[in-house]
Amino acid sequence: MQRKKFKLSSAVEWGTLLLSTGLVCFFLIVILLEIIMKGSGSLSWNFIADIPREGMTKGGILTPIIGTVLLTMLTALFSIPFGVCCAIYLNEYAENNWLTRIIRAAIRNLSGVPSIIYGLFGLALFVQALQFGTSMLAAGMTLGLLSLPYIITTTEEALMRIPASMREAALAVGATKFETIKDVVIPSAMPGILTGVVLTLSRAAGETAPILFTGAAFYINGVGGAVNNEFMALPYHLYMLSTQHQSIEEVRPIAYGTALVLIIVVFLMNLTAFYIRYKYRKNEY
Amino acid sequence: MRFKTRLSLDIAFKYIFKITGLLVLAALAGILGMLVYNSFSFFMDVRPFDFITGMEWNPTGKNPKYGMLPLIVSTTLVTFGAMLIAIPLGIGTAAFISEYASAKVKNILKPMIEMLAAVPSVVIGFLGIVLVGPGIADLANLPNGLNALNGAVLLAVMALPTIITIAEDAIHAIPKTYKEASYALGATKWETLCKVTIPAAAPGIIAAIMLGVGRAVGETMTVLMATGNAALLPDGMFDSVKTMTATIAIEMGEVPYRTTHYFALYAIATVLFGMTLVANLVGEYFINRFRKYHAA
Repeated sequence: MQRKKFKLSSAVEWGTLLLSTGLVCFFLIVILLEIIMKGSGSLSWNFIADIPREGMTKGGILTPIIGTVLLTMLTALFSIPFGVCCAIYLNEYAENNWLTRIIRAAIRNLSGVPSIIYGLFGLALFVQALQFGTSMLAAGMTLGLLSLPYIITTTEEALMRIPASMREAALAVGATKFETIKDVVIPSAMPGILTGVVLTLSRAAGETAPILFTGAAFYINGVGGAVNNEFMALPYHLYMLSTQHQSIEEVRPIAYGTALVLIIVVFLMNLTAFYIRYKYRKNEY
Repeated sequence: MRFKTRLSLDIAFKYIFKITGLLVLAALAGILGMLVYNSFSFFMDVRPFDFITGMEWNPTGKNPKYGMLPLIVSTTLVTFGAMLIAIPLGIGTAAFISEYASAKVKNILKPMIEMLAAVPSVVIGFLGIVLVGPGIADLANLPNGLNALNGAVLLAVMALPTIITIAEDAIHAIPKTYKEASYALGATKWETLCKVTIPAAAPGIIAAIMLGVGRAVGETMTVLMATGNAALLPDGMFDSVKTMTATIAIEMGEVPYRTTHYFALYAIATVLFGMTLVANLVGEYFINRFRKYHAA
């Protein structure tokens, strides 16, 4: 009797944990199934290679795709050089003094700032004060700023994993500190840096709030692609189609298709990052 | 290359790297400066006390009202609901991954959670409109499902990866000896988990929850799309709410430059910044406490 009761209770206990894990997995599966099942119907070559037509009720999503790709490239252009250089400073040069501690606190702080506040900052600084207007340039800089703390953190982690002996070996054969970093530390830390960069950019590609006021447009003519003009982007297109469009029910299939393309883009970037990390780990042994 | 060039290059880059470090400081100072400057302009027109405790948010009326209490209550309500769902699920999942799952299951679960974290917030908001909203409307017999409950469910999904990852790290870091001591006294695996492992990991779990709260409070697109955006004081989870982030997102696009309303949105952003900052600082404090405790 005692033994049987014991077994039953342990099954219930184990079941509770299994249930919560199952629910979390269930959320992901529902999200993916809903988007894939209803989005794959509208997915075709035409959908990807045609610009939106007839008030966006027909045609494809080429313009938002081009917008998101270019925007992500601009984000990379603004965030990677600054992020990597800052991480190098923190890991290779900075002494443990008050300035370094303040910089580190600032980075942790920046990574917790809500994305809508970056949008406001982009509006106030890039659009209004620096007179870029609502443009892809202003939006790219805003997203670059948003990505900066993540790139710094992941790059610094990658640099930290490089053993001090490698630096000492380079210095011992007469390299300057800069040469050591350029020719030894950065090349060995490259897989780690790349993983962090790709993950950060995939997050930036899906962000909507920071581009709301800095340059995303409801609709533009043609394929777009000018850096100093407003642009269409996949996440904003999805937001607009599902809440702002005058005939929401009619464009629902296009909204599902847009969501599917956005998820595919983001997941492909994530998979690339996982692949780099996996390959790098295998090479370690 | 001549030695002199190499040396000057070395020195030049030392300063370039340092300048980028200072640039990060400048970015944070810029954000803070912008928030404080614009809020200050707002508080020239409206008293801070009226702003925080005012019951009505109607900046476009004939007699504009800038009371942000309904917005604060909305944000709090949605975040609270999200945590009610996400905390038990998050801790349960973290405990399962860390204590029960085999290496093989772990290798499936961890990428799944990373994938969940990678889903863009606008996609989750979209599902709130097409899937969760209609579902809630059917179950509760409402005309539409765009309400606080919808937002809470979606925010829970968004906060879960953060909570699970950090809580799992915390539970995983508990030394084996703690558990062995508990087993030696005759405790079952469950008793050990509830009475030894989770209490020992408590600081890490609190940190996980606080960072999840920070994430939920600052989330914009999901609540903007899924909660209906009626700026009234909500009565319960089935009421439509307008959070602070959604208010900024909706109204900033329409407001004329440098008016009281424009500055009011920056003042909301300042309060929002303060709330997320407190949540993140508390989270960080507990993470540090946890690290110190287990490094010793």
